[in-house]
Amino acid sequence: MVNWTGKDLLGLEDLSKEEIELILERADSFKEISLRPIKKVPTLRGKTVVLFFFEPSTRTRTSFELAAKRLSADTVSISANTSSMVKGETLKDTVKNIEAMKVDIIVMRHSASGAPHLLAKTVEASVINAGDGCHEHPTQALLDMFTIKEKKGKISGLKISIIGDIAHSRVARSNIWGLTKLGAEVTVCGPPTLIPQGIEKFPVKVTYDIKEAIKDADVLNILRIQLERQKSNLFPSLREYALNFGIDLEKLKFAKPDVLIMHPGPINRGVEISPEVADGPYSVILEQVTNGIAVRMAVLYLVSQKSK
Amino acid sequence: MVLIKGGYLVDPGNKREGVFDILIADGKVIKIEKEINQDAERLINAQGKFILPGLIDMHCHLREPGREDEETLLSGSWAGIRGGFTTLCCMPNTQPPIDNQGVVEYIYNENRKIGLIDIFPIGAITKNREGKELTEIGELKRAGVVAISDDGNCVMDSEVMRRAMEYSKMFDLLVISHCEDINLSCGGLMNEGYISSILGLKGIPRQAETIMVARDLELARLTQARLHIAHVSTKEAVELIRQAKKEGIKVTSETCPHYFSLNEETILGYNTNCKVNPPLRTQEDIEAIKEGLRDGTIDVIATDHAPHTDFEKDTEFEQASFGIIGLETALGITLKELVETKIITLSQLVERMVLYPAKIVGMEKGTIDIGEPAEFIILDLHKSWKVEKEKIVSKSKNTPFLNWTLPGVIEYVFAKGKMVLGNTN
Repeated sequence: MVNWTGKDLLGLEDLSKEEIELILERADSFKEISLRPIKKVPTLRGKTVVLFFFEPSTRTRTSFELAAKRLSADTVSISANTSSMVKGETLKDTVKNIEAMKVDIIVMRHSASGAPHLLAKTVEASVINAGDGCHEHPTQALLDMFTIKEKKGKISGLKISIIGDIAHSRVARSNIWGLTKLGAEVTVCGPPTLIPQGIEKFPVKVTYDIKEAIKDADVLNILRIQLERQKSNLFPSLREYALNFGIDLEKLKFAKPDVLIMHPGPINRGVEISPEVADGPYSVILEQVTNGIAVRMAVLYLVSQKSK
Repeated sequence: MVLIKGGYLVDPGNKREGVFDILIADGKVIKIEKEINQDAERLINAQGKFILPGLIDMHCHLREPGREDEETLLSGSWAGIRGGFTTLCCMPNTQPPIDNQGVVEYIYNENRKIGLIDIFPIGAITKNREGKELTEIGELKRAGVVAISDDGNCVMDSEVMRRAMEYSKMFDLLVISHCEDINLSCGGLMNEGYISSILGLKGIPRQAETIMVARDLELARLTQARLHIAHVSTKEAVELIRQAKKEGIKVTSETCPHYFSLNEETILGYNTNCKVNPPLRTQEDIEAIKEGLRDGTIDVIATDHAPHTDFEKDTEFEQASFGIIGLETALGITLKELVETKIITLSQLVERMVLYPAKIVGMEKGTIDIGEPAEFIILDLHKSWKVEKEKIVSKSKNTPFLNWTLPGVIEYVFAKGKMVLGNTN
């Protein structure tokens, strides 16, 4: 078994297959803690975790906070509107001040791709990327993979389709790197305006045909469509998007009988996913959220082995 | 008197190349001969070294007035001297911009006080560089601008650009175009493609450049004006310019050292020192630009020296300023990438970094002439040097070439008749 060597977790592109498997194995052993009546172990007692969120987030922030608390770490939460960033302080200065308060792990979400990388170069504390711009969202992909493995027993050899705004999705990128490293076959599907340039060099298949993406897929990972994309003419209307790419019971007729429906949330009911599908028998959307805590406990634990 | 013995002179403007002695008296070159034997106060042994006319940069940003924390006319002069430049043309994106006679005069007056090298301002095409109303181009010309450009901004309105080119003809004033369709590049941070997609950074398609190059070439065809395309970065632009030259359109063009030495992959890891506009492209573009420099499609190597402070670069990639400093490294990079690789000769380097920029902006400089003030550099090509942050004399240190070892140590610089850099060893 490999040892964890990194100070930070910035993205899945940088990780080896073995490192990803290590996180998933750790998560498996941590999952049980959340099912106990007293949901707490002393693993990170005395460690301080700062949750530094420059973008609105409910799910990810809460999930990290609970993960840290269940490991007995102390947590501090800072969001963009309460920090001094609004006073014109640079990101680096803000973070150096926080580090001067002797923290061990900084979990950061930021709208700028690469912001956690800048942070990781600046501070000695471990940095966990909780989503950076359109770049990566590694813990989301890890919890997606954990859920797939739990439900399907494996990842290698599965056919997984990611549907929606691939171009602007950090979830898609992290999933592509993680899943393909573990041997899955990934297809991305969306309108050409939402497929990134240079996709032919990514280890994925591309289709604009939703039926093609659904047929034969073991897992459909449906991405949230961001309403502001419509303003840049990336698609004409939400209605048209829903007609072409929204997953509803009609389109699901082409799916395999044991297909898994996943979504990183928050969902736009009736846009990228119909309520019947989101709440239906194939959906594991809420289980993803549950697993998120276990995966984040594993990541916090592993990076803390390296943090000073 | 200063006597320089035994240097290898490369002066393509005078079709003079070979070992010559040069005698300087009262700041002026008084003799260039195979062998000069004369007592002089100072004797410089230049055996085994090269003597080139002082380099001319027709595209740099000296930030004064407005951003003196990034660069000043003084610090820019020293950065130029360290890089072998004795003439700089500074772009008008100052604060306030060089869109009126007052700012032109300010720059000339300040530089007269500094007195190290020649600095010629380039005026704006439109007021406040907004692309809407023409500046008083005639008055700018009389005040001494050597060209006009809205550099950094593309004149998006084709009608405005047409009139600027047409109007400037009567002054024989060069129009320099920053070719970028800003609707297409909107908010982009780097070249669009696989690398930008991996990094999750908004891309700038190469067509943002080529569309505007094509437009401006057509406007040059229409107006018969002299057009100069700034900082060519794509292979398609090279091809468009090559074709236009064949068809007799009056166009010249430039590229910068970073466009033939660095590709987009250098941005991996979010290296903001590689964030520049137009963006670094692909290896294929680099090859096409080298070919364009070899066959003369690209006339000039300019620096686009764009100084930015640490806090403007040491930040989130999307927040970081665009730009690379280049005055101190341009000669070294060109020697390394083009001369050592035999793509161009040293004489052709002098054409592209001295002679053609002088010709294109219409200044009577760029040769080493008897009776004129000494203005040349002595270069030791047997030595190399390492680019180190502490040694950069520009106020800003935003270079992607840190720790590169570059050929050619500049031992002496004579500018405006004076020795402004001398080997102290």
